[in-house]
Amino acid sequence: MSQLWDFSGGIHPLEHKDISTSRPIRRCGIPERLILPLQQHIGDPAEAIVEVGERVLKGQKIADVKTGMGVPVHAPTSGIIESLTEHPVPHPSGMADWCITLKPDGEDQWCPRNPVDDFHALDRDQVLEMIRDAGISGMGGAGFPTNIKLRPPRDRKVNTLILNGAECEPYITADDMTMREKADEVVAGLKVMAWILRPERCVIGVEDNKPQAIAALRKATEGTQTEIAVIPTKYPSGGEKQLIQILTGMEVPSGGIPADIGVMCQNIGTAVAVAQAVYQDIPLISRTVTITGEAVREPGNFEVLIGTPIEYLLEQAGVQQDKLSRLVLGGPMMGYTLSTEAVPVIKTTNCVIAATASELPAPPPEQPCIRCGECAEVCPMELLPQQLFWYSKSTEFEKAEHLNLFDCIECGACSYVCPSSIPLVQYYRFAKDEIRVQRAEQLKSDRARERFEARQARLEREKEEKELRRKERAKAAAEAQAKKQAEAEQATAEGGAVDERSAKSAIVEQALARKKAKAEANQSSPASQPAAEKPDTEALEKQLSQARSKLETMQSMLDDAKAQQADNVEKLERAVAKNHDRVKRAEEALAEARNTPGTRPTEPQSTH
Amino acid sequence: MAFVQQSSPHAHRARPTSRVMLWVLIAALPGLFAQTLFFGWGNLINVVFCITVAIVSEAALLRLRKKPVAFFIRDNTAAVTGLLLGLSLPQFTPWWVSAVAVISAIVVAKQLYGGLGSNPFNPAMVGYALVLVSFPVAMTTNWAEPAMLWEGAPGFGETLATIASGQQTAIDGWTMATPLDEYKHKIARHTATEVLAHPTFGDGIAKGWEWVNAAFLAGGLLLIGLRIITWHIPAGFLGGLALMSLAFGSNADLYAPLSLHLLAGGTMLGAFFIATDPVSAATSHQGKLIYGAGIGILIYLIRTWGNYPDAVAFSVLLMNFAVPFIDHYTPPRTYGHHKARRGVPGSQG
Repeated sequence: MSQLWDFSGGIHPLEHKDISTSRPIRRCGIPERLILPLQQHIGDPAEAIVEVGERVLKGQKIADVKTGMGVPVHAPTSGIIESLTEHPVPHPSGMADWCITLKPDGEDQWCPRNPVDDFHALDRDQVLEMIRDAGISGMGGAGFPTNIKLRPPRDRKVNTLILNGAECEPYITADDMTMREKADEVVAGLKVMAWILRPERCVIGVEDNKPQAIAALRKATEGTQTEIAVIPTKYPSGGEKQLIQILTGMEVPSGGIPADIGVMCQNIGTAVAVAQAVYQDIPLISRTVTITGEAVREPGNFEVLIGTPIEYLLEQAGVQQDKLSRLVLGGPMMGYTLSTEAVPVIKTTNCVIAATASELPAPPPEQPCIRCGECAEVCPMELLPQQLFWYSKSTEFEKAEHLNLFDCIECGACSYVCPSSIPLVQYYRFAKDEIRVQRAEQLKSDRARERFEARQARLEREKEEKELRRKERAKAAAEAQAKKQAEAEQATAEGGAVDERSAKSAIVEQALARKKAKAEANQSSPASQPAAEKPDTEALEKQLSQARSKLETMQSMLDDAKAQQADNVEKLERAVAKNHDRVKRAEEALAEARNTPGTRPTEPQSTH
Repeated sequence: MAFVQQSSPHAHRARPTSRVMLWVLIAALPGLFAQTLFFGWGNLINVVFCITVAIVSEAALLRLRKKPVAFFIRDNTAAVTGLLLGLSLPQFTPWWVSAVAVISAIVVAKQLYGGLGSNPFNPAMVGYALVLVSFPVAMTTNWAEPAMLWEGAPGFGETLATIASGQQTAIDGWTMATPLDEYKHKIARHTATEVLAHPTFGDGIAKGWEWVNAAFLAGGLLLIGLRIITWHIPAGFLGGLALMSLAFGSNADLYAPLSLHLLAGGTMLGAFFIATDPVSAATSHQGKLIYGAGIGILIYLIRTWGNYPDAVAFSVLLMNFAVPFIDHYTPPRTYGHHKARRGVPGSQG
């Protein structure tokens, strides 16, 4: 038995898990239509690579991400591509997004599969590519492309690989049932990931309210070094940061990623998907989903094809439409309500709660905060929720940020216990969004200011150049004048009569002299600039290469951060954008310098 | 069909403010019972009267402020303020003194500051302090003789008549100084043994008072057990008082002993029921300890060297002033951070 640590706070909500664990996982069947959103995870949306009307086979790639971060989408069954349209997708906002609609032909015909005999013989990168090609993204929460997550940043060694089987949210039993029924596949997936990462310690964390899952895992890991850590049931022990604290006693630094302390967390479902991809060449086309709540007659877990409309799924579980009041996607603590049951199951869908009005009653009206501090007692991040609420409500975002607003994981424990039934998490989301908007505007105004300042500097320079030219001209004119006067004096001295004609010719001569002087001045002016104003191309090139290398560093840092779903992604993105601008400016300056004549690194001529 | 749209979390554990306050009322019952047993009907009548006045004045003000009256009355917070005043005021306090205390607590200290949750000061203690400085005679001469029920004490009707008559001329035969006051004034000229011979002190620490304090302590422990209050403020409070008492008052012939400080006067009522008012107290655990300790230290200072006999009210109010300052420097360390962020940008600390 390995040592366990506790995390501060936490709550014990009613579990409601037995509702959906009495039946084994059932196959959901093939609905009339499958709706496959092009974006099912964090990152960039995929692009369709099939035509409308085309027949596709089960497991065939139908959309892929060509540039940027993402994984492909596969056909969950054979059928005809019916359309590529906007359709409601699972999102808290209830928005619509681009989806491929597939009309199954009922034959469920596989495309050719080529499972490898032994992945150990392959390169790590090849296995990672297999995982990417199978369209696997994290199946627990945000859904991060798994192949990227499995590629830890260059300087970070993963010592501890954690499989998150805590499943602390009430109602959800998808991971529980998966562990009970597919423990071997879970362990097989873990082995693949362990082979890629070579950690010193592999541990599966499971809450003690899942004895059957624990027994199944114990059996599957017999004789291996994989630990099964049975952790106390407490919400939110399945939060990545909390689970890491429970199992290792370490804290993920604020704004950092688990890899910073040598830890990586993966979801149970993800492990199964990895095993299927690597051993059987089965892409991620289905997943386990819990259908529960008092409004369904036969709650339980289903093996559901990705793209299955929730509506169809509810029918399979025997939904009682007259009782259904609230439809929650995810758990009751962190899930969000759906406005339509037409949305499809996607790679991150783990639970649908069809709740009756009495099951999840509307909270009573909000009362004033009396600073009772219950929220602070249960906060797993050791924040001061009532202060954050106060500052969020009074839009004093700076103070809220100072009290670590962005460390809030939105677990909802504070709202759960609030005696004044204040929707605290809602206030934090509002404050975070406002701060993000303000930051974006700040960046925009910074850029505008930089542009303005550059323009001012250019105008100033041009003015100086003009002034310089004017002085040159004045000097030349003065010289000519002096010459003319001298000539006139000479003529007077010679006593020669100055007739009109000679006067005229003198004027012409003077004009010619002026023109010549002007031409001379013009010719000499570019070269006569002070060296500092026109830096030589060499310096500019150096500047450019420096900017480029900095951009590269930032970009790679950003990639790493993205790969680990770090909290500082935003910050890095801003830094990258800034460096991008810098490179661009440097390039422009260089191009300008090259196009301007007379700026070769020559000895600057003295103006005087 | 239309589904209910709601932001997460969708589950709630309902222990609303009204129930929290109800538990406070219930937890105070042992103390009230002990007071009635040892000091007669006075406090019980006070409590009923104060709660009634509190609810009526709260309702009136809510109406004036155009707030939903029933919604706010049902949170039981006005009743708790009334209860605390009823428990704290001397047993024979004339009714109009109690009324002034309650009305100033609810109207001035609570509603005029914005109602529930917005008051920087403990309403009950504002009311108490106000009548204490305004009507010092009424507030110091109406303490019942302890354990009088067994020695020809005034009955319910007589007590009620005394309170209702509104006369400040207290019945000397029934009342006497409180033990802490007695000790403080006599110890200058007598030894501890001589002082303790006075009937106020009885055979134990302070006749009757010790039991009242023990009953409030029991109620307070119930509140901690129910997680309605945390242990930090009472611990800081009693710790601060005890430390001061041990440091300065170890000689019983010069200053009141520790046992008297802890078990006489309003110590336990203050530690568990008054100082723990969440609205006007510090927020973080560390802040609560400091806040409680501050009150304990101030109580000792005021009891020992101050002119007023009632130290709890002034100490609590003084520390209420310090709450923003304490909160400013005592946020906890957040997960994943090396140390706590002390202070808040943009505000003067």
